Amino acid sequence: MKAASFDYVRAESKREVLQLLHEHGEDARVLAGGQSLMATLNMRLTQPKVVIDINRVEELNRIRNDSGHLAVGAAVRQVQLTDRAELIREVPLLAKALPWIGHFQTRNRGTVCGSVAHADPSAEIPLCLVTLGGSVVLESLKGKRREVPAADFFQGLLTTDRQPKELISEVRFPLAEDGTDYHFQEIAMRHGDFALVALALCLRADGAHLGVGGVADRPVARTLPLGDELPDALNTLAWSLGAQDDVHASAAYRRQLVRELGQRLIEEPSHARTR
Amino acid sequence: MHAPAERRSEIELELNGETRHGSAEPRTQLCDFLRHDLGATGVHVGCEHGVCGACTVLVDGVASRSCLMLAVQADGRRVDTVESLARDDVMNDLQQAFSRHHALQCGFCTSGILMSCVEYLERVPEPDEAGVRDMLSGHLCRCTGYTGIVRAVLEVAGQRRAGESQQQALENRNDV
Repeated sequence: MKAASFDYVRAESKREVLQLLHEHGEDARVLAGGQSLMATLNMRLTQPKVVIDINRVEELNRIRNDSGHLAVGAAVRQVQLTDRAELIREVPLLAKALPWIGHFQTRNRGTVCGSVAHADPSAEIPLCLVTLGGSVVLESLKGKRREVPAADFFQGLLTTDRQPKELISEVRFPLAEDGTDYHFQEIAMRHGDFALVALALCLRADGAHLGVGGVADRPVARTLPLGDELPDALNTLAWSLGAQDDVHASAAYRRQLVRELGQRLIEEPSHARTR
Repeated sequence: MHAPAERRSEIELELNGETRHGSAEPRTQLCDFLRHDLGATGVHVGCEHGVCGACTVLVDGVASRSCLMLAVQADGRRVDTVESLARDDVMNDLQQAFSRHHALQCGFCTSGILMSCVEYLERVPEPDEAGVRDMLSGHLCRCTGYTGIVRAVLEVAGQRRAGESQQQALENRNDV
């Protein structure tokens, strides 16, 4: 299908983006990589009056390693992170999750913040952000700059805490901690498809912090005990997610994947399939 | 730049090495602009939501879905389509290998796959089969089962490496 009509503005600065969002609010959509927004425009699932293109705003295209975080600006593409050699030391979980996102052709244009803004429950980047305890930075022309913890930012299916006049200016991933191993794993119907279940793991000697995507209406992370208590804890986690039946998988299958894949990932992470 | 919804904006881009001009409404997808305004009908439009990969072109050398870009976003950019591959009516090495290995049947998906392969082989000059299949996961082909495509891509990667080492050997000889 073809998109409905809209005005198009190619913004030159962050200030211009904020001004336009202030003016148009809910009638505007921010266009970054377009790998989700363009599809929804083409299918007329969204029909904004104004599309604000941030692709040429240099100040939003920055990756900074600052005060214990990796801050990724709104226009930074996923491929810029996969090409960043030091990412595996800075945020190893993200480095391991990136190859699971879509395909190289979509990572070429898709942005990190765009995936966070879209808030698909099975998306890999929101899952990593929640599991690591990262945050989302929101800016508006008149309001205060807000930094929202990822666990509060994601509020449900394609629903976030972003207000209509706010721009997600960057997302902040905590840097790797000593003594923690990071692992990522997912099951999808096809290579690069939406995950039926995606798991992000921070493994320490005294416990496992496990994030689950694709089951609840948002990514969910819980700390689990190791050893004999693990199977029960995984079972409780699996039932707590409110899994739904759909055409791709039953709720029971999704719960089983959380239990089985979760156990394998925590107990034998080196056997996990990588991409 | 502010382009009102119903007005066509001027677009200038470099298409397959030539400067080209056209105009499009903001909502026009890059793939439609390339086909209908600039005549690059080698760009095939399949699903229009970024899943099938048929419309893949290179934008500034990077494989991209042209259905997920607006024509106005390509202003000032370099775009390469399948029309850039053959020289003087002779197919390039990838196209010839696709033909040799029956890597296409109906051919609808082929032009997009070829453009992905162009960037992929530049980034990964020594791919293995798993890598090629991962790259192809961004394309849907309903005829071939992908086996011929994988063979063609691996063969061209090998040929190009052999060609480079031959070239290197020649240069070394000339140095003596």
